[in-house]
Amino acid sequence: MACFLVPVTEAIVTTIATKIIEKREKEPESVSLSTGGESAETAVKIPFSRKLKWLNGLLWGGSALLAFEHVWHGEVVPWFPFLTAAADPADAAEMLHEMATAGVAMAAFVTVVWLVLLGVSRLIEKRADKETSSPAPSEG
Amino acid sequence: MTLLITVFAAIVCTVIWYRKAPESEMKIGILCWMFWGASLMWLVDAVFEYAELGAEYFTPAPADMLNAAFLGLSAVALGLAIWLVIVLIKDPRGVIRKQLSGAKR
Repeated sequence: MACFLVPVTEAIVTTIATKIIEKREKEPESVSLSTGGESAETAVKIPFSRKLKWLNGLLWGGSALLAFEHVWHGEVVPWFPFLTAAADPADAAEMLHEMATAGVAMAAFVTVVWLVLLGVSRLIEKRADKETSSPAPSEG
Repeated sequence: MTLLITVFAAIVCTVIWYRKAPESEMKIGILCWMFWGASLMWLVDAVFEYAELGAEYFTPAPADMLNAAFLGLSAVALGLAIWLVIVLIKDPRGVIRKQLSGAKR
């Protein structure tokens, strides 16, 4: 009915948060990686604002396609009150219930998946850090 | 069916992104986030529907399945159209800028 409005609300909040964090963030921390002492590669730690953009992408992208589904089913219309369920009090109560259950579950699930992504990227960064701190094995 | 089509679109886009990474000239990442986001949300929707209908969820009427497939394909087309607009506006290869500056001369 209007479950996509919950992820949209979260997307608005996270987009504003991204803009604020981006302004406050310093230059990204860079780590020099040497492979066998011959060539050196510079890896840049992913700033948090960029990681937050992953969540923005998931939320905005998913909500856009979900909103399209609601238009397809006639639940969202281009005239006031835009949500067909909002015109009738009984339907409005059902819509709010759906937002509180399916909508919140969608937003929470997307956020959990993003948190898992954060965990994986943290592990990869830690592994890269370890590689730089331990001396490269000497040959022969 | 809508979920299935979107998941396939997300997988194909992720494979294309991975083949080209770290280069992201065509901004395939936008498509990945969009299709994965929609897939996750539709997955939650599917779980709620399954909780309501039970096993019946897996045996939809042919007309419903056709409508869902049509919706899935339309959603993928919309996603591709959004991505195309973003790519043309950002113009990472500078093709449009070159065309416009050439036309001015």
